[in-house]
Amino acid sequence: MNSMAPTFANWLDLFLHFASLSLLAVGGAITTAPDMHRYLVGEQHWLSDPQFSSSIALSQAAPGPNVLFVALLGWNVGLNAGGGPAAGWMAWAMALLGVLVTLVAIMLPSSILTYTATQWGHRNRELRAVRAFKTGMAPIVIALLIATGWLLSATHNEAARDWPLWLLTLCATLLVWRTKLHLLWMIGAGAVVGALGWV
Amino acid sequence: MTDPRTTVTDLAPRRPHSKTDLFLSFTVLALQGFGGVLAVVQRELVEKKRWMTREQFVEDWAVAQIMPGPNVVNLSLMIGGRYFGLPGALAALAGMLAAPLVLVLLLAALYGSVADTAAAQGALKGMGAVAAGLITATGIKLIAALDKNAMGLWVCIGLAAITFVAIALLRLPLAWVLLVVGGGACLWAYRVLGRPGAGAQA
Repeated sequence: MNSMAPTFANWLDLFLHFASLSLLAVGGAITTAPDMHRYLVGEQHWLSDPQFSSSIALSQAAPGPNVLFVALLGWNVGLNAGGGPAAGWMAWAMALLGVLVTLVAIMLPSSILTYTATQWGHRNRELRAVRAFKTGMAPIVIALLIATGWLLSATHNEAARDWPLWLLTLCATLLVWRTKLHLLWMIGAGAVVGALGWV
Repeated sequence: MTDPRTTVTDLAPRRPHSKTDLFLSFTVLALQGFGGVLAVVQRELVEKKRWMTREQFVEDWAVAQIMPGPNVVNLSLMIGGRYFGLPGALAALAGMLAAPLVLVLLLAALYGSVADTAAAQGALKGMGAVAAGLITATGIKLIAALDKNAMGLWVCIGLAAITFVAIALLRLPLAWVLLVVGGGACLWAYRVLGRPGAGAQA
């Protein structure tokens, strides 16, 4: 990537763009990933396509909230801006600045809104409208969870090739549902089975 | 600021002792969350620590999902804020993010050396398949929470089925599904709750 020195205005632009996405991210930060791609890769050329994809894949593989893919995008933007890993400590410092800018921007506006709104909702939890909201939304969000599991499996859509993956998902579903087996054992087993090339 | 002692603890058997307890508990559960933290939050906070009931968890998750921003971040803010106000919200959020952030950055710095091996890619794929199962199972387990829903179990199952078909099979945009199906459900719930004899415990 080009290593043009980013100006203060560039960082501010990045911050403001992610801050506005924060308020649009209904259903999770990942729903704004297509727009981040358009902005970072297509419009500003701050990231390469493979860097964008690997940021998302890595954050899925690591433990923790999925929103950390945003931190990795910021990391790579900063690293590129600082001249890449070869450029030494200056590039790493820029990478950390990138993490700070993107992560704070994606969380701050939505967090202020959520915190204020839920405190209000909690004080007024006996209101009929507040109770109706929680009662009405409960079945919807449960269905969304099951749909998410479905969609994650549906990216592998060739029955002849992907049936072992589906079987693995089915086993994990049954084990979590019916047993108290620790979740980490299951993730670990998935990693081993995958590394051995069985799925 | 709400008084922490008159809130969720009326119903849930236990509560966090301190902000440090919140921070550490959220760190521990965040570090177990491969492919999403939600399954772990349910397992740890509802089943093991019993800070909240299944019904409370579904209610909170509904709000966290509707509000803009990362869902799990919203959920941490809500749970932490309920017990210890703003400092509690920040403690829970910090616990959820700090350790995983360090890990993911280390992983990114090391990634180049293993990215191309078939074993690493296979392991990612296997973990992804398991993670899909964890999320599905969490949803299935929470269906039991609908038993106490004021709209009645069958209305709930109908709404859930419509939502699943719209999102998973028809791939309709989330915002529209929430607006139409969710909005309709809330209006229906408002009507049901207004009936004489509808309990205060929704």
